[in-house]
Amino acid sequence: MGQTIIEKILSNKSRKNVGAGDIVVASVDYVMGQDGTSPLAINAYRAMEGKKLFDPARVALVIDHSSPSPLEAVSNLHTLMRSFARETGCKLYDVGEGVCHQLMLETGRIGPGSLVVGADSHTCTYGALNAFSTGVGSTDLAGALISGKMWFKVPETIKFACNGKLPPGVYSKDLILFLIGQVTADGATYLSAEYTGEAIREMSIEARFTVANMAIEMGAKAGLMEADEKTFDWVKRFGGSGFEAVAADADAVYAKILEYDVSALEPQLAKPHQVDNVAPLSELAGTPIQQAVIGTCTNGRMEDLRIAAGILKGRKVSPEVRFIIAPASRDIYVQAMREGLLETLVLAGGAVVTPGCGPCVGTHNGVPSDGETVLSTANRNFKGRMGNRNAEIYLGSPATVAASAIKGKITDPREFV
Amino acid sequence: MEFKGRAHKFGDDINTDYIISGKYKFKTLDMNELAKHVMEDLDQDFYNKITPGDFLVAGRNFGCGSSREQAPLAVKHARLSAVLAKSFARIFYRNAINTGLPVVECDTDQIEPGDELVVDLAAGVIHNLTRAVAIEVKPLPSVMLQILNDGGLAAHFRKYGEFKLDQEEDNAL
Repeated sequence: MGQTIIEKILSNKSRKNVGAGDIVVASVDYVMGQDGTSPLAINAYRAMEGKKLFDPARVALVIDHSSPSPLEAVSNLHTLMRSFARETGCKLYDVGEGVCHQLMLETGRIGPGSLVVGADSHTCTYGALNAFSTGVGSTDLAGALISGKMWFKVPETIKFACNGKLPPGVYSKDLILFLIGQVTADGATYLSAEYTGEAIREMSIEARFTVANMAIEMGAKAGLMEADEKTFDWVKRFGGSGFEAVAADADAVYAKILEYDVSALEPQLAKPHQVDNVAPLSELAGTPIQQAVIGTCTNGRMEDLRIAAGILKGRKVSPEVRFIIAPASRDIYVQAMREGLLETLVLAGGAVVTPGCGPCVGTHNGVPSDGETVLSTANRNFKGRMGNRNAEIYLGSPATVAASAIKGKITDPREFV
Repeated sequence: MEFKGRAHKFGDDINTDYIISGKYKFKTLDMNELAKHVMEDLDQDFYNKITPGDFLVAGRNFGCGSSREQAPLAVKHARLSAVLAKSFARIFYRNAINTGLPVVECDTDQIEPGDELVVDLAAGVIHNLTRAVAIEVKPLPSVMLQILNDGGLAAHFRKYGEFKLDQEEDNAL
């Protein structure tokens, strides 16, 4: 019987032939924690009487969620992480280096066939590199830190065949929002998602990261794609080598196969307060906004900043709108500086904040006031997500956010591109 | 294990941001402090409504969203004895088992707010005393029972120093 991508990766990593439903203890290639989850993982590591890491070269802790620290209590937790990194010899990414998932993508250590666990639910992002990567909690993470292993149930797979090319002005963010709206917030729970078809093949690798990043918003354990030249080019760019593509067999068995023709897709938005509360932009055009955010592990990459700067070049954001930009990593920050993108965005009225997660998770850098409406490129719009339960959050593509920032209301970016 | 208490009922897709908001969870490792903010964005006074031993009852996909282990810990430290839901998101489910919060999959349509319940995990049944009905509980996957029986994943690691689990076909997550 043929195998899906995840069945193959988990077979390789557990050194036996497994299929959906089997329980495996598999070797992990890389383990990551961030500042919201690592302190508890360090506690759990102590409770497990951990003596050393399975391999310090394959462990990273990232200070990104409240970075730089807005409060003394947070500072103390950051220091706890720094001490642990010194004690164990693992890599610590400190303030300003970027969002954990972007940094993991830039290690060159994660590529086709890798197995990665991270104590952050958006760890599924690396599925776009043909890796099985998934979010775990702090105690599971501690187990992986010590043993270099993790237990899994091999999941069944739901396949999304995205046929046709996305039209101009419609991006990978619109596609994944559309798919989440179709299957809902638990439509892929316990399942591995495979995203395939012409629309995925045509996408840049950065655009694919956006799709895989949001697999968790449909409940999926992984959001996988096949590897191609773009995948290997990305990994090579960061010095990675020795990876082998993992493809699904032609006779692989799927829990479900969903086919979509995306060639006439409109820009999509997630409405308050759930990611699966999706509507075409045309139904929401004209809704006033007071804050616009471009950044996060979903859409804070070069391509996103280029798209936004392309729309904002020579224009100003509405005086009614605060416009916040958070590049996803220091590398991206520097590259965007060199290309003049930051100059364009700042002259348009933008405020660039430290590479990190702050505005998305409500820790700092842009908490909205009561009754305000925010349009963001992030991946979650839960009530209170940005730090205020009395604010409303819409999610859209960087193009939609840029166009809407100019007009001060939800605006179709195709007016500008 | 048998628990007795009243039901506090919420809907579908209760995400971990609602269980414990990001604005609190980054600040502290004091779970008793975090517990005071449990479910706050949905019901600001929720913590004060809890009598120790009560149950959090919800619909589908409880615990979706972030991987924060502070979510099951905040529920536990709010002295809620278990979460009953039609289904759970997978990371929350694993975190709950690892940290020793009982999570019970069952038909929660048969429970209304304020109902008095007895949850008998060993027998796999919930007695809704208010409505005089017995509700069947979906059994825990065997791999998770092993972790629970060891006293959680930390205790499992103290015992074995690694994941020592029966690897076979299962209905686990």
